[in-house]
Amino acid sequence: MNQHEAHGSEHPSFLAHHFATPRQQFEAGKLGMWLFLSTEILLFSGLFCAYAVYRANHPEIFVYAHHFLDSTLGAINTVVLICSSFTMAWAVRSAQLGQKKRLCVLLAFTILCGFGFMGIKFIEYRHKWHAGLLPGKHYNPQAHEGDHAPVSGHADEAEHQPTTTAARHPVESAAVEPEHQAATTPASTPASSTASEEHTLQVPPTIGPAGLAAPVTTTADVHAEESTDEKVKNVQIFFSIYFAMTGLHGLHVLAGMSVIGWVLWRSMRGEFGPLYYTPVDLAGLYWHLVDLIWIYLFPLLYLIH
Amino acid sequence: MSTTGVHPGSALPDSRESNYLTHKSGLGSWMMTLDHKRIGVMYLISILVAFLLGGIFAMLVRTEHLTPKETIMSADTYNQVFTLHGAVMIFLVIIPGIPAAMGNFVLPIMLGAKDVAFPRLNLCSYYLYVVGTVMALASIALGAVDTGWTFYTPYSTTTNTAVIWMVMGAFVLGFSSIFTGLNFIVTIHRLRPPGMTWFRMPLFLWALYATAIIQLLATPVLGITVVLLAVEKAFHIGIFDPQLGGDPVLFQHFFWFYSHPAVYIMILPAMGVISELISVFSHKHIFGYKFIAYSSVAIAILGFLVWGHHMFTSGQSSLANMIFSALTFSVSIPSAIKVFNWLATMFKGSISLETPMCYALSFIFIFGIGGLTGLFLGTLATDIHLHDTYFVVAHFHYVMFGTMIAFVGALHYWWPKMTGRMYSEFWGRIACALIFLGMNITFFTQFVMGSHGMPRRYFNYIEQFASYHQLSTVGAFIQGIGFIVVAIYLAHSLFRGRRAPANPWGGNSLEWHCSSPPPHDNFAVTPTVGDCYDYSGWQYDAQIGGYIPRPVGAEH
Amino acid sequence: MSSPAVEHHHSEDQGHVVSLGLLAGVWLALLVLTVVTVGAIYVNLGKLNLWLAMIIATIKALLVAVYFMHLRWDRPFNAYILVGSLIFVLLFIGFVMMDTAAYLPEIDFKDTLHP
Repeated sequence: MNQHEAHGSEHPSFLAHHFATPRQQFEAGKLGMWLFLSTEILLFSGLFCAYAVYRANHPEIFVYAHHFLDSTLGAINTVVLICSSFTMAWAVRSAQLGQKKRLCVLLAFTILCGFGFMGIKFIEYRHKWHAGLLPGKHYNPQAHEGDHAPVSGHADEAEHQPTTTAARHPVESAAVEPEHQAATTPASTPASSTASEEHTLQVPPTIGPAGLAAPVTTTADVHAEESTDEKVKNVQIFFSIYFAMTGLHGLHVLAGMSVIGWVLWRSMRGEFGPLYYTPVDLAGLYWHLVDLIWIYLFPLLYLIH
Repeated sequence: MSTTGVHPGSALPDSRESNYLTHKSGLGSWMMTLDHKRIGVMYLISILVAFLLGGIFAMLVRTEHLTPKETIMSADTYNQVFTLHGAVMIFLVIIPGIPAAMGNFVLPIMLGAKDVAFPRLNLCSYYLYVVGTVMALASIALGAVDTGWTFYTPYSTTTNTAVIWMVMGAFVLGFSSIFTGLNFIVTIHRLRPPGMTWFRMPLFLWALYATAIIQLLATPVLGITVVLLAVEKAFHIGIFDPQLGGDPVLFQHFFWFYSHPAVYIMILPAMGVISELISVFSHKHIFGYKFIAYSSVAIAILGFLVWGHHMFTSGQSSLANMIFSALTFSVSIPSAIKVFNWLATMFKGSISLETPMCYALSFIFIFGIGGLTGLFLGTLATDIHLHDTYFVVAHFHYVMFGTMIAFVGALHYWWPKMTGRMYSEFWGRIACALIFLGMNITFFTQFVMGSHGMPRRYFNYIEQFASYHQLSTVGAFIQGIGFIVVAIYLAHSLFRGRRAPANPWGGNSLEWHCSSPPPHDNFAVTPTVGDCYDYSGWQYDAQIGGYIPRPVGAEH
Repeated sequence: MSSPAVEHHHSEDQGHVVSLGLLAGVWLALLVLTVVTVGAIYVNLGKLNLWLAMIIATIKALLVAVYFMHLRWDRPFNAYILVGSLIFVLLFIGFVMMDTAAYLPEIDFKDTLHP
């Protein structure tokens, strides 16, 4: 302690007035960052909870719908994030050793990885947008079947015309009294329980990707012309969760990139060295957490057996 | 151990020329300040404005209930007014009330630190509070919300009112709350001066620490909940919408995972304040220090395990119902430990009934009733009968109004320290009596009404309940008058009040060791720390109307 | 605070500098585990596949937290924060799943009605 105080008596410019030593300030910053990370974990926990509930209730939706995700792109993105985490950890090391040039290069590379991740994410999102694989009400996968109108216009139409694909799901469960449903059961139980029989009957026993393009053999008049995604109901729930989870994660990637960009700018001005590298370390912790969450998202969303 | 704490000569002399209020002047010096004391004062002003607003809504609700049919507003307006009352009081007043306003001001001083760990984050958190408040209140102009403060789906996602503004306001306020909690935890961990061990900290700090744990762990879940709700409403993604295969009960799980711990965010700091007040005004060492300290942390943790008791009638499974019911009862153990210790502290103490102590005693009474009626609601069988009646409203207000009582008590306790002025003790006690009386008339009536079956949130009611409702409204007006009296004499004291001594009450925690108002840096020298509940080092001095250090060597 | 190693590193202002070899090793391990994750779906273990994937993910997460995030050389309290927040996540999901599980038989029963 005495040693620190001796050191702190110089009171370097980066040391705030209410801290006695740089060490105290560093540890306070680090503790603060870890506490913030714990709030981030709890923030994501809501989505993981929703995922767990819907997957437990309706595994068939997840098994069916995850085939629309490109697991190769998902794997590439995992590798990209892991590499960026590595360069970030290396950047912290460089800052500690005062290797300014290497620090800047590594931070820049980390940001580049961030751009790569977001680029691949963009390709995936664009594909889903065109395929109508969108969350909730906007789910309208006609592009896979090629016998429906294009995406545009459908969303608006859906509100008024129950015959379009997009609006069909709402109509089915609309047969249920909302209060009853809200009061008694989770999620989609009503769709299979209280919904009228002719609707439940048309769900074929075999589910899965094999029948993607095959027409449904059903006697129900209303939906005779509908195609196979009918086999599994409420597929839109998967895409709601997919977009919510990857969307929130993507926002965190963007935030992390901005923070690292700011740290890079300060590194280029030579503000960091062995005595003061707290911002590099804290930005690194944040970036690793973003990586850590993706490590769970990848198998949960892309690799469903 | 040093029994008398410290009386650093440098801190006691009258340093009125340079205190935190006069350190710099001008609006800019306040808006951009990093001083925790000024940020605390800014919070206090904002919260009092929000409290006025929430109080006006409450008066409107009670006035509407003077007659069984429409009195002063339409049914739709009524729905909006009670929603605003709830949302404003909870998100804008009670949650930030004691931690952000009082905590910010006294936490670093009580700890013996110069500031909180992250002063800029602290200021940022204040501005987030302002932005969140503006967003939440903007919803009034943009089509006031009529969902109740709980925003239950599917109604909240289908109503045409400005739910998105209100919930995004709650989201921003949540971050304000998270950053305050984060700051407090780091401050308590890293900025304790030498000698300030964990078990020498005043109990108010333990309470704030426990509160901060909840703020950090529960608030993010509210964040994701309201974001999903807003996205649901804007884009119909269907996670909570049964028509799209979603689960409205899941929303309730999400919401109560935050909002039940949130009631402990509200009550724990109040309990911390009461622990200080009871000991100081009984002039007796706190009884069972460690029990009170640990019970704060226990409440914080147990508070996470009981959220399902809000959902007994929502179709939750009976297994979950039973477990949540059993866990709910367990929270009463640490709460009762606190009440017992407060009473034991007062036992054989020399109690002086100054205004803050009047509020502390009111709190114990009110919290006792609020806590005991919670047992009826935690019991599965009785809850079926009492759920969604005025019994719940009364229970909730007995606990939450208890927090407001503690807040006002804390305000009176630290007012001399914050402003350097004394208020009128006479009017202080009168106002406390009015508030206490009015509060009990308002809400005890509602217990009776609720157990007779009057449902909450209803616009109309049958004749049979008219006299209860009218009595309740009269009580509300008495409270209103009480608060107006408080506002008048506190405002008066700012200009005409007697100069406050450094230690008007005889407390021994560190904030009483620096002058009133405190200097900019809190302490000229980092103070050494004794037992903050040992009052033997102080003696009353009638000349300055406060306590001065007992001369060394003088017998007790 | 508790372990001598931690004490040792506290005494330097610089903090612990992780060797490049260790960082690269962790990086390679993470890449290998990613391949394992992808490969694991080709093995049919029924419901265990999900748990296998979660176990691999947790190992990866631990590697990141312990080495990249310096938890191994940090004050133990930071690790407690991480573990603590995960405990609360488990509580949250656990209680909700307990409620959900009570309704699972009902859902399965209805689904068996399908021809």
